[in-house]
Amino acid sequence: MSPTDGAAQAAPHGAASQGRPVLSVRNLAKAFGSNVVLRDIDLDVRRGNVVALIGPSGSGKTTVLRSLNGLETPDAGIVTFAGPGTSAGTELALDFSARVSKKEISDLRDRSAMVFQHYNLFPHMTVLQNVIEGPVQVQKRKRAEAVADAEKLLARVGLADKRDAYPFELSGGQQQRVGIVRALALKPQLLLFDEPTSALDPELVGDVLGVIQELAEEGWTMVIVTHELAFARQVADEVIFMDGGLVVERGPAAEVLRAPRQERTRQFVRRLLHEF
Amino acid sequence: MPLNWDLIWSSFGPIVTGAVTGTIPLTLASFAIGLALALLVALMRLSRNAVVSGLARFYVSVIRGTPLLVQLFVIFYGLPSLGVKLDPWPSAIIAFSLNIGGYAAEVIRAAILSVPKGQWEAGHTIGMSRAQSLRRIILPQAARVSVPPLSNTFISLVKDTSLASLILVTELFRNAQQIAAFSQEFMVLYLEAALVYWIICLALSSGQSVLERRLDRYVAH
Repeated sequence: MSPTDGAAQAAPHGAASQGRPVLSVRNLAKAFGSNVVLRDIDLDVRRGNVVALIGPSGSGKTTVLRSLNGLETPDAGIVTFAGPGTSAGTELALDFSARVSKKEISDLRDRSAMVFQHYNLFPHMTVLQNVIEGPVQVQKRKRAEAVADAEKLLARVGLADKRDAYPFELSGGQQQRVGIVRALALKPQLLLFDEPTSALDPELVGDVLGVIQELAEEGWTMVIVTHELAFARQVADEVIFMDGGLVVERGPAAEVLRAPRQERTRQFVRRLLHEF
Repeated sequence: MPLNWDLIWSSFGPIVTGAVTGTIPLTLASFAIGLALALLVALMRLSRNAVVSGLARFYVSVIRGTPLLVQLFVIFYGLPSLGVKLDPWPSAIIAFSLNIGGYAAEVIRAAILSVPKGQWEAGHTIGMSRAQSLRRIILPQAARVSVPPLSNTFISLVKDTSLASLILVTELFRNAQQIAAFSQEFMVLYLEAALVYWIICLALSSGQSVLERRLDRYVAH
């Protein structure tokens, strides 16, 4: 299940232009005091596509991700989620240059689910409780149904036997897989990954990337902040290189990572590849 | 000094009765009310509203900056001059609750702050509001951290309730005092009182250990 095994069946890059956007972001801007982190970010994510955000630390890529999940409130910009299914009836559009209400932030959060760099599992709950907490407490789904779903998802990531374990009893790789299952259980329109393998021991990275790749193949719509360029090349339909709060270059993964047009992208890619 | 065994045995009755009908209910009632108050004050302290957090800060400062005995006297002997006349029991419960509210608020505030910010974010990402995250995610983790310091507060309260004897509450120490005054056996009676307080506190300490073990089940050892 290691990501390199799947190299031959790389994701369909040509699909980037197909499907309608689940998410579109226009002119996103954010400053922390005098420190401008996002200058002017546009982003479109089409249904079933995977977008990888890459760039040096401090480039603003994590802030973009956190803004999409309402964990940061941008100063300006418009975030639009298409309605689920084919109806456009429940489109959600937030204009951050105006005042955004708590209700709107909460609606925004319901559209996506985040997988954190440091997992952020709830340590006082078992694996199963972690996974059903959102569905049962927030989405008010029936407990038995949520448990059945959770068990299915846990089995898929090879953790069926860990359902009653507490997070501290799991390895980092296992914890992150629980983190992914917790996000999936919410049945969001969009999955967000914030450097999902950066806190893992190298030998555990493969398992987690393998799970993410399977999700990509199943057609989940995802935005991934990552430093794993080889992985990005394999699963991403589009790669966006950010630096200094701006998008420097974007395009199909193969183009941006193999033959970058911008000098800054070239330097970044070369430096990261040299690390290996 | 020949020991008056008859007096020792016969005085245990009123002293233990004082513990059961005075000290223990006074402690439990004050601690329960005080803890609820403390949670409220802790949340006010953490509020982004400067007026709300300032109010809480002021309250904690007054409670911690004045002696408990003075607080008791202000409520029982002072308030009547403002036309508020309270019986010994309500006065004692109000004073002790307010006192616990101030001290435990700081413990609870620190415990809430000790839970990593990522836990709030994880709560938000599964769709929880602030209140829901607080109740389901943050407070259960803060509880574990706050058990040892709150146990300290609780045990101190057991002993502090002896001050209620000075505003005429019939409890353990007041009964001991009265028998001592009557029999003139001061050493014996006050040692008896001390022994009973100690036994109550020993029981509480073992209760603390049980609670800590229970709450530690999800932490690596």
